[in-house]
Amino acid sequence: MIEIWSYLSEGPLLWLTATLVAYLIGDGIFRATGRQPWANPVLLAVILLAVMLHVTTTDYATYFEGAQFVHFMLGPATVALAVPLFGNLAQVRRMALPMIAALLIGSLTAMLSAVAIGWAMGLDGATLLSLVPKSTTAPVALGISEQIGGSPTLTAVLVILTGIIGAIVVTPLLNLLRVKDWRARGFATGVAAHGIGTARAFQVNETAGAFAGIGMGLNALLTALIAPYIAGLFL
Amino acid sequence: MIFHIALLLLFQLMGEALARGFELPLPGPVLGMALFLVLMIARPKTATEVQPTTSGLLSHLSLLFVPAGVGIIGHLDKLGTNGVALFLALLLSTVLAIAAGALTFALLAGEDDADD
Repeated sequence: MIEIWSYLSEGPLLWLTATLVAYLIGDGIFRATGRQPWANPVLLAVILLAVMLHVTTTDYATYFEGAQFVHFMLGPATVALAVPLFGNLAQVRRMALPMIAALLIGSLTAMLSAVAIGWAMGLDGATLLSLVPKSTTAPVALGISEQIGGSPTLTAVLVILTGIIGAIVVTPLLNLLRVKDWRARGFATGVAAHGIGTARAFQVNETAGAFAGIGMGLNALLTALIAPYIAGLFL
Repeated sequence: MIFHIALLLLFQLMGEALARGFELPLPGPVLGMALFLVLMIARPKTATEVQPTTSGLLSHLSLLFVPAGVGIIGHLDKLGTNGVALFLALLLSTVLAIAAGALTFALLAGEDDADD
């Protein structure tokens, strides 16, 4: 028994399977609650797996050997975002002005308000700098954080938390504000909460998902260009 | 389906090569998305062909973030004594950014085909 366990727990099969099963359980709970935003399948799956890793004293490197196959698909999935984008191309062309304005306002609000709140609560300089790119997709955010003098590891945590927070708050928030336009809802979510927000948008509406994908891509570009100046404002 | 996945990987590969080669401030896959869009504009039939594969992939986009999400658990101590301040900064800034972005977009887009 122990031998079988030690064999399986070292190979990729167990943790790849566990990742898919944990997600299916998370997604099942999400559906069972009538797709309540707080029952976010990513968050539920992450908690389940974290408990499993803790109980079995498995380290993340061992886990990732299996989970990397899932993680790897993020790349092709990002390329695949071009398809719903193409399907909405006529809308996208007509919406160039709202998109540019919402990108600038959404992106600047995300960066400036996060740093301002952190500063007001007494966070130190390097921590504030790590906050600047937190709304950007992870690979870009880590690069920016390093470049402006933040901590990439802390930024990675902040990016994922931002995505999960965005995915949870977006539906009740925009219902409260009575924004019904799926393009506006999706785009703002992609700008503020990158891929995890985009994944949430796809759960709700395909047009929202397409616009979220564009928002995520454009914000990656904008943040990379202006983060050094934002960082300069606070130091 | 294998052909479609190969196509997506090929565009990711081109995106990565361009991003590295020209030191662009964009991740390779995002650039690959832009290039793939150009292909579909040039040859619209491609979109209908790859649709089943890409829809399947995108409908479970959430799953793909699970491994990275598990990764942050081990780094939650990095939040350290700043945990509450950082959480508040993330929560409030994300709420503000989504609200500001969505309201700006909706205001400028007008009321036309908002519900389609």
